[in-house]
Amino acid sequence: MASLKEMRNRIGSVKATQKITKAMQMVAAAKLKRATEQAENARPYAQRMSAVIANLARGVTGDGAPKLLAGTGQDKKHLIVVATADKGLAGGFNSSIVRAARERIQHLINDGKDVSIIAVGRKANDQLRRLYGDRIIDRHLLSDHKILSLAAAQPVADRILSEFEAGNADVVTLFYSRYRSVISQVPTAKQLIPAVVDDGSEPVDLAGAAYEYEPSEEAILETLLPRNIAVQILAALYENQAGFFGAQMSAMDSATRNAGDMIAALTLSYNRQRQAQITKELIEIISGAEAL
Amino acid sequence: MADKLQFSLVAPEREVFAGEVDQVDAPGVEGDFGVLPNHAPFMTALREGPVTVRIGANRRTFAVKGGFADVTPEGLTILAEEAAEASEA
Repeated sequence: MASLKEMRNRIGSVKATQKITKAMQMVAAAKLKRATEQAENARPYAQRMSAVIANLARGVTGDGAPKLLAGTGQDKKHLIVVATADKGLAGGFNSSIVRAARERIQHLINDGKDVSIIAVGRKANDQLRRLYGDRIIDRHLLSDHKILSLAAAQPVADRILSEFEAGNADVVTLFYSRYRSVISQVPTAKQLIPAVVDDGSEPVDLAGAAYEYEPSEEAILETLLPRNIAVQILAALYENQAGFFGAQMSAMDSATRNAGDMIAALTLSYNRQRQAQITKELIEIISGAEAL
Repeated sequence: MADKLQFSLVAPEREVFAGEVDQVDAPGVEGDFGVLPNHAPFMTALREGPVTVRIGANRRTFAVKGGFADVTPEGLTILAEEAAEASEA
């Protein structure tokens, strides 16, 4: 049994830990609010973009279709983009994204595909490095950017596009966590190239009128598709950020609660031991007095 | 002219404007254009410049940099790279 002093120290240190987790929980809660707002504000753009592309894609088919839309016609080289947060202490948030990505990567490797990886966020790199270190072709840190904006997503998109144009990727898939609620983030795979245009929306009824394009249809698609990749990545980063703070908040909440339980248990046994010692000392004094 | 035009102006970070308007003037790469309700469907890339929105007697101006305008029977959507409302003059 630990001495009373040791137990006192132990209780003190758990209390200090609890203060930290409590503070982190409150900070995460405050940041979560902003992050969810940001994620929600960014949604219309990504949605409209998808809708516009879906609309365009219906008109452009066959050989004239840009490769970003139609794909290279092959399914050999896969580029997996894994987006996580930079930081941990958020329960299984990063791990669950990485696990989903790892399953896919392993599956592809088993099927004999070429797989390369772009890691976005420090944790993605950390957790994939051991298994697939030689496959990671690029790393991006989110902490390079104070606020998440298109500037954070653009370098990732540029790298994807240059790999695609160099013929190093036929299919590009992005892994991130979709933010559903504070306690629910869903690891999600989204195919970036070839662009998935079937978003389930009804084609816009043009009422018999023909779409007009300025400049040409192809020129618009050619600028729109690369932009779309950056936008989809940005949207994923926003979702990730919101999910991260949500996960961190609930992880820190349960950590705080666990620390509380631990303090209660430790205090109980501390008091019990203290009482036992006092009783023992009393018995010694009394029996000492009786012996006289 | 009871019809209104459904107009939304969205930037990557947020939706800058959404609502019913009477007319929108925007700078296309091949010339400025105006959109009234029930415009024929068309799509164009945008230059940097002002987008003017007329709602009844009011006018609001937004600065837009790059992006696309998409006119469908449902309305006009501008996907801008950057967009902000010009400060009231």
